[in-house]
Amino acid sequence: MAEQFPALIIVVPLIAAFFIPLIGWWKKQLCYPWVVAVLVVTFISSLGIINTVMTTGKFSYRLGGWAPPWGIEYALDYLSAFMLVIVSFISLMVAVYSKKSVEKELPEKTVPFYTLFLLLITGLLGIVITGDVFNLFVFLEISSLSCYALIAIGEEGAPIAAFNYVIMGTIGACFYLLGVGYLYVATGSLNMADLAVILPNMYHSKIILVAFAFFTVGIMIKGAIFPLHIWMPDAYSTAPSAVSALIAPLMTKVAAYVMIRIMFTIFQPRFSVETVPVMTILGWLSFIAIFAGGIKALAQTDLKKMLVYILVAEVGYIVMGVSVANKIGLTGAILHILNDAFMMACLFLIVGAISYRIGTRDIHKLHNLNKIMPFTMGAFTITALSMVGIPPACGFFSKWYLILGTIEAGQWAFAAALLCSSLINAVLFFRVIECAYFKPMEPAYANDGGETHMAQRDEAPLTMLVPIVIMAAGIILLGIFSGNIISSIIQFAVPASF
Amino acid sequence: MLDYVIGKYNFWIYVVLMMIGLYAMMGKKNLVKKLIGMNIFQSAIILFYISTGVKKGGATVPILMGHAQGHGHQAIDVAGYLNPLPHVLMLTAIVVSIATTGVALAILILIYRRYNTLEEDEILKIRKDTGV
Repeated sequence: MAEQFPALIIVVPLIAAFFIPLIGWWKKQLCYPWVVAVLVVTFISSLGIINTVMTTGKFSYRLGGWAPPWGIEYALDYLSAFMLVIVSFISLMVAVYSKKSVEKELPEKTVPFYTLFLLLITGLLGIVITGDVFNLFVFLEISSLSCYALIAIGEEGAPIAAFNYVIMGTIGACFYLLGVGYLYVATGSLNMADLAVILPNMYHSKIILVAFAFFTVGIMIKGAIFPLHIWMPDAYSTAPSAVSALIAPLMTKVAAYVMIRIMFTIFQPRFSVETVPVMTILGWLSFIAIFAGGIKALAQTDLKKMLVYILVAEVGYIVMGVSVANKIGLTGAILHILNDAFMMACLFLIVGAISYRIGTRDIHKLHNLNKIMPFTMGAFTITALSMVGIPPACGFFSKWYLILGTIEAGQWAFAAALLCSSLINAVLFFRVIECAYFKPMEPAYANDGGETHMAQRDEAPLTMLVPIVIMAAGIILLGIFSGNIISSIIQFAVPASF
Repeated sequence: MLDYVIGKYNFWIYVVLMMIGLYAMMGKKNLVKKLIGMNIFQSAIILFYISTGVKKGGATVPILMGHAQGHGHQAIDVAGYLNPLPHVLMLTAIVVSIATTGVALAILILIYRRYNTLEEDEILKIRKDTGV
């Protein structure tokens, strides 16, 4: 059983997704417990995998028993096992949360929603687990296609945003596919480990350079890395709240994972860093991204839009950590993948809960929210402190490592950008907290006709509140135990060539 | 130069088709035309993959055993058959491209129901006028 976990983690959600229409046809209410049960199995499998990796080191799973360079291989090392745990845990939390929000936002589309939801998670897990570049493309498209459809069923403007995402996402995927094709023409292999052995002899080749360029641009589009993020704000902010809580933390992080894989596993760091100046370019692009994302976020009054622009900046942090290309910077980037996945998931879950109860996401209409939804706002404050980077919340530690990494690389401007963005985040989040906690209720905004000005306590339903509180507690715990996480997992997850 | 172009004409066709697709996706205002551009773009990549599997000089499709000289009867002459792997990969890519087209067309139906037009500038105008 335990040695089959790598297959189960993909096969179980994939097969389960196709049973949902049948189950929904029989009894609609059973879809939700089915999805949660499937994701619990996935989460247990991911824990089993990371346990195996931590006790016996990295291993690979051969699908159908075919030996690696020819057959498809699932490569499990510290980095992919670590990502599997993140993806499966956050998708489990979002699935628990989704019950009420889907009932309210998509009352007639529960069955297709859950089908696509599981397919999306299958795709994300598959991207992380696979050791084959073409298999990665297939999973990338599974996740993207379900993502397009999930976004399109959102609110006003969602279809347009989804269509733009289809066009941009397809260009990204096609560029990735072209990169795979060029590598195949040059090397005759599709296996990542095999490519890593063959490629160093042909780093001077133009084909390899072109393939690398296609990979980089393709992943930048898919991962909404500045300046190719233009499809992202509309798509993520108009999606249904359960969907944005899933895709905002995970899609971008998984793309960042693919980027680390391509740049430091398939290609050696000496190619990615020295042969082409891509790291310098990425570093300065993320420098701009951090400021542009922050400033655009300041201009928003819609809480969800604000978060989406913050996400642009947060992706910038991770790319910056990758671009400095030293051990500390990459430790920071990988730690930030974990921390930011938690923080973003928590924030988007909270926004969903607020719009579920209050019916608005306008920052200026959130008066007295601390009295109406005390636990939700408590979780919001914890997450906000973490985003600003105040210990012991986890955001501080990853930012600390990122800054140390930029200093070691001698990039003082990047370190300054990271510090400045903490200030921008402080302004952004304290603006919301001020509105929610300290502003008196104005009659004009009281939406019950001005009769009762005392705010009634009206907390989010339990299925929404429990994931939010767990995520907020997780943010503190991740901060406290970040030393353990780094010493037991992340230091081995950083590619061995550093 | 001319020999260079003609000798590798399959790759030139793929590049030209890809650029046509890219232009249609960026330059056209009509959303269906954008979608058609996307299809051309994907087909160009399929053509590229297919042509990488081709070998000149009498190579055939089936992988026949026992034609190589100086080997055992199990040996296979590599020059005797076309590389099937890119073709198989493209079967998957064709499925992906059809699925993408399907999703995109479904989204276009949603857009048309809501705005009654598929011209991008008209939709933007409607959205601006209604203040959304």
